[in-house]
Amino acid sequence: MARSPARNSARKAASAPPLPNWPRPDEPERFVASRDQLLEMYRQMVLIRRFEERAGQLYGMGQIGGFCHLYIGQEAVVVGLQAELIKGDSIITGYRDHGHMLACGISSKAVMAELTGRAAGISGGKGGSMHMFSVEHGFFGGHGIVAAQVPLGAGLGFAHKYKNDGHIAVTYFGDGAANQGQVYESFNMAELWKLPVIFVIENNQYAMGTSVNRASSEDQLYRRGESFRVPGLQVDGMDVLAVRGAAKLAVEWVRGGNGPLLLEMKTYRYRGHSMSDPAKYRSRDEVQAMREKSDPIEGLKKLIFDEGHADEAALKAIDRDVRDEVAEAADFALEAPEPALSELHTDVLLGTY
Amino acid sequence: MPQILLPAMSPTMEEGTLAKWLVAVGDTVKPGDVIAEIETDKATMELEADDGGTVTALLVAAGSEGVKVGTPIIIIAGEDEAAAPEPVKKPSPGPSLEEGRGDSLPAPLPGREGSGEGASAASPATAPEAPTGPTRRQTVREALRDAMAEEMRTDAAVFVMGEEVAEYQGAYKVTQGLLEEFGGKRVIDTPITEYGFAGLGTGAAMGGLKPIVEFMTFNFAMQAIDHIINSAAKTLYMSGGQMRCPIVFRGPNGAASRVAAQHSQNYGPWYASVPGLIVIAPYSADDAKGLLKAAIRSPDPVVFLENELLYGQSFDVPEGDHVVPIGKARIVRAGSDVTLVSYSIGVGVALQAAETLAGMGINAEVIDLRTLRPMDTATVLASLKKTNRMVVVEEGWPACGIASEIMAVVMEKGFDDLDAPVLRVTNVDVPLPYAANLEKAALVKAEDVVTAARAVCYR
Ligand SMILES: Cc1ncc(C[n+]2csc(CCOP(=O)(O)OP(=O)(O)O)c2C)c(N)n1
Ligand SMILES: [Mg+2]
Repeated sequence: MARSPARNSARKAASAPPLPNWPRPDEPERFVASRDQLLEMYRQMVLIRRFEERAGQLYGMGQIGGFCHLYIGQEAVVVGLQAELIKGDSIITGYRDHGHMLACGISSKAVMAELTGRAAGISGGKGGSMHMFSVEHGFFGGHGIVAAQVPLGAGLGFAHKYKNDGHIAVTYFGDGAANQGQVYESFNMAELWKLPVIFVIENNQYAMGTSVNRASSEDQLYRRGESFRVPGLQVDGMDVLAVRGAAKLAVEWVRGGNGPLLLEMKTYRYRGHSMSDPAKYRSRDEVQAMREKSDPIEGLKKLIFDEGHADEAALKAIDRDVRDEVAEAADFALEAPEPALSELHTDVLLGTY
Repeated sequence: MPQILLPAMSPTMEEGTLAKWLVAVGDTVKPGDVIAEIETDKATMELEADDGGTVTALLVAAGSEGVKVGTPIIIIAGEDEAAAPEPVKKPSPGPSLEEGRGDSLPAPLPGREGSGEGASAASPATAPEAPTGPTRRQTVREALRDAMAEEMRTDAAVFVMGEEVAEYQGAYKVTQGLLEEFGGKRVIDTPITEYGFAGLGTGAAMGGLKPIVEFMTFNFAMQAIDHIINSAAKTLYMSGGQMRCPIVFRGPNGAASRVAAQHSQNYGPWYASVPGLIVIAPYSADDAKGLLKAAIRSPDPVVFLENELLYGQSFDVPEGDHVVPIGKARIVRAGSDVTLVSYSIGVGVALQAAETLAGMGINAEVIDLRTLRPMDTATVLASLKKTNRMVVVEEGWPACGIASEIMAVVMEKGFDDLDAPVLRVTNVDVPLPYAANLEKAALVKAEDVVTAARAVCYR
């Protein structure tokens, strides 16, 4: 394995609760994946990376407007987590949502066409980058207001429990979002009512230009559930197998009726917060060091080679397929027509009054 | 992608200055390396290479100003052809953009005689305001910053608080330089916790300070609206006059560019309906400065609504301690045939319409309300007395808006002066869509103001 066991045990010590006076799951183990599983996770991460690079280019060309938040660097989080969910589970996130949609299996064409504001977009061009949804895929958005998705995610969990359908909800939010009061109101209700919810903090270490420790009195965010008795685990979010191991354990815990769980994914975004970020709050070297030492795609690639699961040619073939898919999605998104003007007035209300 | 085009680095960027090249011909670059520094009106930003390769040509010289978005600036030849993305195909033009709103304006009723009371007694503005002393050209952004800085220099109780206001210099650069001048005690970065810091600011105002609370945009103040309305606006009344709450809540309001439904709302009508609040929404830089200074000095809670699309626009701002009184509208253009009433970005739309109307021989008077609460109805009614026709222009929804309020006031107090029903021209009554054509169709437009003004003039 690419990571040393020393790192694993260090992680264990770091997340041991100071007051383990209520049930909590065991520490997660790194996921042991089959060749097919490894290649599929590789494919999904590369797809998200290439898709986002192309989205960045289209923004630069003026084909995507407004705010556009790229997921580059954080791919392992959503790929590792989604791999452990089943059809019928619900997921919800904020505005940095393109990667989540691709990991849910939503067509890259429909996502890209939403970014360019075309009728074929997943929201018919009405939502744009920050507001995309696919009920069919259990993807409930795509929300532009920081932390709004957290109680909404708890509500999706509430609905699963109410219907007793055996499904769970996963709500993703950022380190900055973790400071909103509604997060804690949600933790309280979720634990009180034992809702099947996994709260995932994607701690990419910055909220726009504010680093975690400039905004958080408790910057070990996995502990943020403690006073509500929501157990928390801190996970290396740059290692897709660590993420998947934690996801497996979390899904079992939550699906098993034990109530909510909090996962803090330590990750990093390589790009600016959105496309208009002067990036003065962190050094160039910090970003390059992350890219060089902790890149989730390079890490998985190395493991695949080191353990002899596949050779360079096999991964190159995946890379090529992904490039073709992204090129097709971009062409589609540029050629697809804009929505008809009559669409302006549709979808405001369902009923006629 | 061998040829890199100058990208748009913000939703509103159209051109930039290529400040500096950080690579030279022959250099090898890795993905993510910074290749150039680009200056936009908001900030200097670093341009990164998406893919690695060798720089084979710099197409635009360092120091070039006004480089249009989309101009090829550099050629980087890929190391590995398989790794280079396909060139992006040229987009199809898409369907033609139909102009104008779908719904047609109602035919105006003929003028009627009535028994209204006429204009209120307060002394109305009757002529355009023109600065008498020296002025200088400033953007709205700079004017707002200067207003805060000047008030902070003279009153130690004034401090600024909000997300990214200090080290980042403001998400829209309105607080640029304040941290440097006033330090971390008075220019405070908050966590993302609007409800919390709006409440904390309100408490600090109750405790004798004069907070300026910036919301990154007013859309996010919906998280905090309980403190603005229930805590700040009602304190004086509920305490029988004992407790004050001198606080300014400020930030951009209204639609920006393609930021869609959750980030594009005009809260003017919401706050203007609340007794106990002052609500200000300026258009020009001189008013932005003078009214923000007045707001900071006011002993009452003020909601100060700015507009992102106006931040970069320049106006002549009087030098010195320029304070504009709260509660006074401004005649921005004198005219005799029809009155166009608006506020904030709508004033620009009204002025544009007035130009077109002038070409048609219709002389429009344009009134900028500037303060939405308390509203200067005297100036509105005095203008109506002169022109007998009125159109209200509002970048916001039609129902229950500021336009509705003006129409009600005119019904109550200006009925006898009307030669035609008052019309309103607003955004379309839907959440703001993202698609470029739908967004354009949804927003208030000068053409529609022209149509409405002609309708009330029966021309
Ligand atoms: C309530 C609210 N406040 C402020 C914003 C503006 N805003 C958008 S993203 C963001 C930073 C969020 O950072 P984080 O939660 O760490 O997520 P990340 O962007 O890093 O994924 C801010 C302040 C918003 N959209 N909603
Ligand atoms: Mg973050």
